[in-house]
Amino acid sequence: MTNSIREVKKADAIFLTGSNTTENHPVIGAQIKQALKKGTKLIVADPREIELAKYADVFLKIKPGTSIALSNAMMNVIIEEGLQDKEYINEKTENFEETAKLVEGYTPEKVAEVCGVDPEDIRRAARIYAQAERGSIVYCMGITQHHNGTENVMSLSNLALLTGNLGREGTGVNPLRGQNNVQGACDMGALPNVYPGYQPVTKAEVVEKFEKAWGVDLSKEVGLTIPEIMHGAEHGDIKVLYIMGENPMVSDPDTAHVEKALKKTFLVVQDIFLTETAELADVVLPAAAFAEKDGTFVNSERRVQKIRKAVNAPGVAKADWVILMELMNKLGYNKEYNNPSEIFEEIRMVTPQYAGITYDRIDAVGIQWPCPTEDHPGTKILHQERCGRGVGLFMPVSYSPSGELSDEEYPLVMTTGRVLYQYHTRTMTGKTEGLNQKAPESYVEIHPKLAEELGINDGERVKVASRRGAIETKAKITDIVSEKVVFIPFHWAEGAANVLTNGSVLDKYSKIPELKVCGVKIEKLA
Amino acid sequence: MITVKINGFEVKVEKDTTILEAANKIGIKIPTFCHDPRLRPHGSCRICTVEVKGGRNLPTACTTPVFEGMEVETESEGVVEARKEILDLLLANHPLDCLTCQQAGRCALQDLCFQYDVKESSYGGAKKEFEIDNSNPFYYSDQNKCILCGKCVYVCSQLQCTDAIGFAERGFPTHIATPFNQGLEESTCVSCGNCVSVCPVGALVPKSKEKFRYWETSPVRTTCSYCGVGCQMDLLVKDNKIVEIQPAMGPSNEGLLCVKGKFAYNFIGHPDRLKAPLIRKNGKLEEGTWEEAYELISSKIAEAKETLGPNSVAGLSSARCTTEENYLLQKLMRAVVGTNNVDHCARL
Ligand code: SF4
Ligand code: SF4
Ligand code: SF4
Repeated sequence: MTNSIREVKKADAIFLTGSNTTENHPVIGAQIKQALKKGTKLIVADPREIELAKYADVFLKIKPGTSIALSNAMMNVIIEEGLQDKEYINEKTENFEETAKLVEGYTPEKVAEVCGVDPEDIRRAARIYAQAERGSIVYCMGITQHHNGTENVMSLSNLALLTGNLGREGTGVNPLRGQNNVQGACDMGALPNVYPGYQPVTKAEVVEKFEKAWGVDLSKEVGLTIPEIMHGAEHGDIKVLYIMGENPMVSDPDTAHVEKALKKTFLVVQDIFLTETAELADVVLPAAAFAEKDGTFVNSERRVQKIRKAVNAPGVAKADWVILMELMNKLGYNKEYNNPSEIFEEIRMVTPQYAGITYDRIDAVGIQWPCPTEDHPGTKILHQERCGRGVGLFMPVSYSPSGELSDEEYPLVMTTGRVLYQYHTRTMTGKTEGLNQKAPESYVEIHPKLAEELGINDGERVKVASRRGAIETKAKITDIVSEKVVFIPFHWAEGAANVLTNGSVLDKYSKIPELKVCGVKIEKLA
Repeated sequence: MITVKINGFEVKVEKDTTILEAANKIGIKIPTFCHDPRLRPHGSCRICTVEVKGGRNLPTACTTPVFEGMEVETESEGVVEARKEILDLLLANHPLDCLTCQQAGRCALQDLCFQYDVKESSYGGAKKEFEIDNSNPFYYSDQNKCILCGKCVYVCSQLQCTDAIGFAERGFPTHIATPFNQGLEESTCVSCGNCVSVCPVGALVPKSKEKFRYWETSPVRTTCSYCGVGCQMDLLVKDNKIVEIQPAMGPSNEGLLCVKGKFAYNFIGHPDRLKAPLIRKNGKLEEGTWEEAYELISSKIAEAKETLGPNSVAGLSSARCTTEENYLLQKLMRAVVGTNNVDHCARL
């Protein structure tokens, strides 16, 4: 997030897209509702009529995968009506002209058809966002999990730049992180192309710095992303795959393909339960849960916060950091850490954004990076002065239809997501009876008209098939979705949405798979 | 700045500060039932009554702003008398079953009755006879114990913004309920438990699997391990077990949690947890030792490096693990194995 979580309460208008906030980030959902009570305006763009859509001043029930078209049309309206922040554009941005030219073609009328919404609603949305003194864009996986996810994000940044909605309280472009420490994992370079602090593995002086810090020679070759690793495993190029705390058998697209890949490699899984993935492993290492160890998580607003050991791990299970250290030692790298704070000290040395953060400083309240020095208070709002290049830069992006369009055989579009009462692959939430009572099993949301056409009644078992596979699940008839769109939450291994999803179409920049759009057909089961 | 005197101590505060806030500032505790700094003050319980020199009646500290030269007594004879009377009235229809009440030890009513020596009510009030609403899987509502402080209703409407519960009926039978008394399970309640966390008495109570007393537990401040909001919370621990979770005032959650953060901690000590390393032998996963497991993994890594080079090894890190652990996993891959094949599921 460019801004802080509680700043949503300071926004005059919120443009919420691709985030079912009240279910997936419930406490932020509550804060958005608090804002609405005080008069903040809300625009929601989503393929489903999520709870917050009911409170929205404008709700745009867009077809899955059409976000860029919508952003471009909103920009078209803003420029057409002269609502852009000219001073901001002149002083702080680059490449406006080119973008303005590109969006000329995106008239509300044309785009309304692409998105399946009313052109007047696009105009109203554009005006509300542009005329707000403080406009905040909030988004989540509904934006990123597409063949053009990165461009989706760029198109949202363009909107913010056009209206000067950056660098001030209550504004910003704010992705909500799905998992507790996605931010920390990214910050620490658990990515194939960067070291901790987003320092590129291809840059000679960076490599040199890490070679010196770690006392070894390092590879300058960019590594493989998850889909590429799975592909490599399937084809015998990846001989050993070490998985810590992930369950790709349920979370990754195209389960059949993932299973094939995992079975072909020497698989090590380190986790707290015997997950669907661990069942396929050659070695399973028992790890400590979050309440059984010390360390830090970094939340969506870049705040580094402590976790503390409250209870002992079961049996001989060990904290992940202990396992990793011992394995490093076994492999001949003799570095010992007595506790996570010693690891954190090393992190500070090599990660400029973290340099000023210490365990002592975050004992009571976490600090938001960048925090370059020990007397720096941390950064609540990014891009406050002049935007760095790449931020102040407009990136004109065109709408291209999703990689997987529906056709005669697979006439419906399936989109996936989460529900309030479960979390990710249910490794943790599946152990709480009350949650299973509230959300017991997989289901597919079907519009009443479609259900009638197919002769399906509420609660009946149906078969959902895509080009990759088929699942059985329960029909839930609701007009939350549109006629040609169905929705399946991906949590359950039984009736799993990701048997159907497409792992082969990836965003060309981030390599995120296109999980939010997938052609399917539905049949009633006898 | 305004200068006031509380129990003889001077304190300087901003204009519009309440007596309660001013007292807090110098560590003078004024009891409250219905006050919560996040809510609009409503002064309905009146237990925070104080005496202001020259004033005719006893104002509520939570709603009364200070003025220059104000002199406040928080425990004067009159104040104590008034508080005793309030407690007396509350006890008139309160079931005095502290012996078995889950809330004992963190009950504001119990604490104040102790402080002001109110043992039983002097009114022979009728007891309430509400049925306990047990329908929600995570908490129950025992309206016989409700003192009508209103906190749950206002937390649900002003902070959680779900408006699932409200005051039902008037006069003696007033209680907290869902619209049309349909019961919590059938209501719009999203089981966030934020009302439960603020209830000062044993009226809204988490359903606990463990028998424990609050004085047997110790709190451990931590960060929620589910979504990226990073809510701050206290794990209440008894005998190496987490028995309850309470929200803390973190910068991103301001004392709120959701159903997962509040109630979904059962996985931590779950019997299905992995307790020993497992190694595949003859196609089956069997228990082994750490040494065996490390030996096997390191020999496989060495073998892969030798035959196909370091890029034939890959590591998937975890958005669920700590920052430190993510750092170590990428360091293991990069510095020890020698490959940049490291990724995690940020994308999923
Ligand atoms: S649990 Fe949450 S939603 Fe339900 S009544 Fe309490 S505060 Fe309201
Ligand atoms: S249920 Fe608890 S919080 Fe709600 S009004 Fe009664 S005593 Fe207060
Ligand atoms: S309590 Fe709920 S909203 Fe807060 S971090 Fe945990 S899962 Fe997210």
